[in-house]
Amino acid sequence: MIEVEGLTKDFGARRAIDGLTFNARQGEIVGFLGPNGAGKTTTMRILTGYMPPTAGTAKVVGFDVTEQSLEVRKRVGYLPETVPLYNDMTVYDYLKFMADLRHLAEAEDRVLEALEVVNLLDRAEGYIGNLSKGMRQRVGLAQALLHKPEVLILDEPTIGLDPAQIIEVRKLIREIGKERTVLLSTHILSEAQQICDRVLIINKGRIVAEDSPEHLQSRLAGAQRVSLRVQGDADGLESSLSAVNGVQTVVARPDGTWEVETIPGIDTRPQIARAIVQAGYDLLEMRAMGLSLEDIFMELTREEPEPPAMDETEAEQVEPEPEQETVEEE
Amino acid sequence: MRNLWTIARREYKLYFISPVAYVVAFLFLLVIGYFFFSEVTTAVAYSMYYPTAPGVEILISPMVTLILFTMPALTMRLVAEENRTGTMELLLTAPVKDWELVVGKWMGSFLFALTLLAATFIYPIVLNFLVDPGIDQGLVFSGYLGLILMTGSLLAVGVAISALFSNQVAAFFVSLALVLAVWIIRPAASATGTGSDVLSYLNLVDHFLTFYRGTIDLSDVVYYLSLTTLGLVLGTVFVEIRRWR
Repeated sequence: MIEVEGLTKDFGARRAIDGLTFNARQGEIVGFLGPNGAGKTTTMRILTGYMPPTAGTAKVVGFDVTEQSLEVRKRVGYLPETVPLYNDMTVYDYLKFMADLRHLAEAEDRVLEALEVVNLLDRAEGYIGNLSKGMRQRVGLAQALLHKPEVLILDEPTIGLDPAQIIEVRKLIREIGKERTVLLSTHILSEAQQICDRVLIINKGRIVAEDSPEHLQSRLAGAQRVSLRVQGDADGLESSLSAVNGVQTVVARPDGTWEVETIPGIDTRPQIARAIVQAGYDLLEMRAMGLSLEDIFMELTREEPEPPAMDETEAEQVEPEPEQETVEEE
Repeated sequence: MRNLWTIARREYKLYFISPVAYVVAFLFLLVIGYFFFSEVTTAVAYSMYYPTAPGVEILISPMVTLILFTMPALTMRLVAEENRTGTMELLLTAPVKDWELVVGKWMGSFLFALTLLAATFIYPIVLNFLVDPGIDQGLVFSGYLGLILMTGSLLAVGVAISALFSNQVAAFFVSLALVLAVWIIRPAASATGTGSDVLSYLNLVDHFLTFYRGTIDLSDVVYYLSLTTLGLVLGTVFVEIRRWR
């Protein structure tokens, strides 16, 4: 549904996006992940026909975004980052206006339908200028859904919403994504993890990683780590653990737990468990610790450290704090 | 055509909740009303010495000046405000052609201006009753036709200027400066001597004189229509330029 090839956009001397290539199939939710200024919004603006690319091609539902811009725009629902709304119109009038611009048959019904989906029917006659940020966001979303588009492009769709609304909107996006193509940008990694089938991590206008959230995590996690808790005094444990095939390092942590790092690719947990029991200790807890998407994201998008002195602080930032890790996974 | 109407209707409705439009309307009707009153009472007072009844020109000439100064206030918001609030992104990603957007906005402002002109039409009707045997209706027709044509062209220029800016005030003053420049182009032309024919052809008000005198000269109609077209084409170009930035 979305085919992007070598897409490049220059703003004067600055290259905002640099040779992006990616695809999105029907019924797929693709997440665009990246720091501010990475080129997410620019890419979305090109895909929605707002601005032409400097080089490369982009096709949406089979139509070229520069050559057949109007055809693309008819088939795309777009929620811009700024959620542009007319403050001096009522919610209903605004949506009716947008429905009329799209030549929708039974525009009134479609407007009411969209309002129902975003749960704003009771504010239909209210002026947009009086709405809260979350409500505005929902009006914007209703606008993007009006014409039941084949492709939905959402720039930061959950920003400014309260937790209940975030859950609501995510559920909505999942629902829409079952049949239609959704491309959304976010900087909330857990959001990408929860709703996207595929994640594109973009930095400085280039795609630095592309995979499903789960794959990204396991592929980029590098060495696997296992956290252990063993009952009682376990002085001799270190040597028994080190003897297990595949174990690289064994570290006793001050809180009494052990951290074992193994070489990537093989699961050594059964062997570790056996080794502990055979050595005569009681295993209380064992847990694999993956790198979170946050860590991967930081790893992929971090700046190359220039002066060597920076290395240490840089490494500290990237190294995940295992304590926090366990909390987050629970 | 449908998009034009959708956009024009929104803009037209918006004028009725906009304070600027009310100020323009108030000024327009107040000033015209004042001129009408003073001209008629003066004519009555001096009727013994100058037995000429006032015609529609007592309305048309102040209206020309008013139109020159107030039309930029009607157009300043049209595109500039969309640029400022970001709603332009919405319109430019909707299945609407750029020219439809510009022409639709112009149409909205033109309809509002026509409403204003229609409201002033009460004065010629009243004057027709006051004067015996009635005023020259040909003059009324040509005068109003001229006003409509001039209004349309000024609004088109204003829309184009508005498309250049994301600040209403800037759009207003640049439009006004442009109008004033075209207004005073003739004295400037006659002072320089060279190229005065070309410069005076561009004069916005000169082309109105034929309508004022009660004749309809095709070349003047063409002048206003081409100025309107130029404004709308430029406006479309300015919107397109914005896409490329």
